[in-house]
Amino acid sequence: MQIFLQQLMNALQWGSFYALIAIGYSMVYGVLMLFNFAHGDIFMVGAYIGFFVASGLLALDLGGVIGLPVGVELAVVLVLTLIISMLLNSVVGMLVERIGYRPLRDAPRASAAITGLMIGIILETGNLAILGPQRLSFPELIPSRTIIILGASVTNKKILIVGVSILLTLALHQFVQRTKWGMAMRAMAYDYVVVPLMGISSNTIALMTFALGSALAAAAGILFGIAYPVLDPNMGILFGWKAFVAAILGGRGSILGAGLAGFLLGFIEIFVTMVFPSTMRNLIAFSIILIILTFRPHGFFGEPYSAQLRL
Amino acid sequence: MTKITNSLIQFWQRVRRMGRKFFKPYRNIPLLGWLIAGLAAVILEQLLGYALAPWIGLSKPPALFGVSLILSEPALFFSALVYLLLIFVLPILLVSRLTRYPANRTAGWLSRFPLAVTALVHMAVLYAILHIWTDISSYRLLVTRLAMISIIVTLSLNVINGYMGEFSCSHPGFLALGAYGASVFTVVLFVSENLFGEALLPASWAPFFFPVSLILGGIVAALGALLVAVPSFRTRGDYLAIISLAFMFIVISLFENMEWVGGARGISSQPDLANLPTIFVWTMLSIWIINNFVRSTLGKALSAVRDGELAANAMTVNTRRTKMVAFLFAAFWAGVAGGLFAHVIRYINPGTFGIRKLAEVLAMVYFGGLNSVTGSIVGAVGFSLISEALRPLNIYKWILIPIMLILIMIFRPMGLIAFTEFDLESIFQPKVDPAEGEGADHGAA
Repeated sequence: MQIFLQQLMNALQWGSFYALIAIGYSMVYGVLMLFNFAHGDIFMVGAYIGFFVASGLLALDLGGVIGLPVGVELAVVLVLTLIISMLLNSVVGMLVERIGYRPLRDAPRASAAITGLMIGIILETGNLAILGPQRLSFPELIPSRTIIILGASVTNKKILIVGVSILLTLALHQFVQRTKWGMAMRAMAYDYVVVPLMGISSNTIALMTFALGSALAAAAGILFGIAYPVLDPNMGILFGWKAFVAAILGGRGSILGAGLAGFLLGFIEIFVTMVFPSTMRNLIAFSIILIILTFRPHGFFGEPYSAQLRL
Repeated sequence: MTKITNSLIQFWQRVRRMGRKFFKPYRNIPLLGWLIAGLAAVILEQLLGYALAPWIGLSKPPALFGVSLILSEPALFFSALVYLLLIFVLPILLVSRLTRYPANRTAGWLSRFPLAVTALVHMAVLYAILHIWTDISSYRLLVTRLAMISIIVTLSLNVINGYMGEFSCSHPGFLALGAYGASVFTVVLFVSENLFGEALLPASWAPFFFPVSLILGGIVAALGALLVAVPSFRTRGDYLAIISLAFMFIVISLFENMEWVGGARGISSQPDLANLPTIFVWTMLSIWIINNFVRSTLGKALSAVRDGELAANAMTVNTRRTKMVAFLFAAFWAGVAGGLFAHVIRYINPGTFGIRKLAEVLAMVYFGGLNSVTGSIVGAVGFSLISEALRPLNIYKWILIPIMLILIMIFRPMGLIAFTEFDLESIFQPKVDPAEGEGADHGAA
């Protein structure tokens, strides 16, 4: 039971990265019907931006200047890092949209997928060219503390990571469901052609979708840096592709679906390694996904496949 | 001021007119003429290359037309350019112009034979060019062999992504299946002292069994493709893309966990069977068969399924059978390519066939052009040569190539040469009718 609870917490943490990245995929996919294959690398860029912002803020020494106690100072740095990096990374996302996707709005979708793939490679290689191949270690923003819940020892980091990611998922869900902007996005997802006729600029909505997705990716990157403080330029590749699978598994454009599928993927991967050797992780995880998709081809919350897909 | 501009414009027009007059005969050169000229150029390089290189400051003939040489040592720009001009450009222009009448007449004479004979003659000349060209350096040989294998991969991926209109990510998985299938066969039978124990047959028999191993690899890949083909009955588009991606991950992960084929370490020391003639024959075979496939009734049915599955069904196309055959067919050729690849590199591990490989093969298909055999050939060869030629740029190569591809996608979203038919007869036919074209052209010559 203890081990189970502990692994449950690990799975929740691991799944929350997938969930946050998958939501970005899912939004772009829902609104624009595009595979944004650059998203995994936007996550990587977000983690690096978070690294630089956090290091910069720590170097500024806010505690010394304003006179905050150490614990509060770190909390302030963490919150500021999250906010600033999410903003900066949303700019990155909007640039990617502007350069890589807007010129291809009327092209076949596969072509846009190729540009996404290529932008991803550019981001990785650019990072490698600028920062060099050595790995960076993320600054310690939260002093690690272990809490015992029901006999299972859980670090405060894990609770924070899971909490923040669930909070962000729900906030985004509320944004999409309750606000006018969200309504515009849902309308775009519903009918791509008519919405611009209603006076909604499709380019603005596309930019906003990319900005929101990239902001979540930045949050995922920072949380990842807190949990596993080693950054390298290729960290986004596998995460990105797996989150992509999770996004589709959740159903087209469904934010909660993508989040749930992300957590599910995390659960599968963690619990598979409990029973089987860890090299079997991908094998079993993807086999399960293949089986699910064979019987439910449109994902958890998606609508069944219709012939009207904008191919 | 206007006077100067006017005279400049006049001068430019005169240059253009002269250029047009100079290049006019080149429109009448058949493929055979170009091939003969290429043969002359490579023979010239074989005879004079090593003698000429020190004269113009090069240590040896540049491997890939001097592009990588210029990039690594910009000071040698003019030497490489002179070499290129003297050995390739000028002889080709000269010989193709001089031989255009006999070449046209020969092409006309050849066109009276069945198409297969004509094709064989052209392929023989092409093979001679490649053989002599790759004789200069082993680097050229390796690049050529890999480029020809990527032609097979690109063509087979084009069957699914282009003609069938699905976005399939499973090709690295098919390649891996073929590579492992063929490698296990040859290594078990012909190689001693490895993870499979002693060789079962003498190594001298290996070349005869190599086609068997390739076909075996192809069949293994085709069997694996069933896993993607069956779900494709129920779903299309995006969900099939995910299924194919999951398939790729499963295959790679499977090989990582199969210790009897080496696990994550992979298989090494495959016999060196995939030499230039073997690969050439298989590549030509694949072009011929895939071209016939996409032009057959089944290929047309495939395009019909792409454009409208319901409509195709209403027109009595058996969509399930069509999809199934297309997937198995494409996977078979990908498996053959994987087998060849394994015997060129002579070392494979599961990591060889990962996401990077996927990006590479997708880039080749979309670079060359969808729904086009010509496009696939151009894409595979062009992409391989460009990525080899840019090697001196180190990692900046992987910034430059993606930018190039993004630009191609923006300006030609379907790829460079998309939706064209690869019509052999029109490619081989003489460019002017030998009887009347000659008389009309004699005045100019």
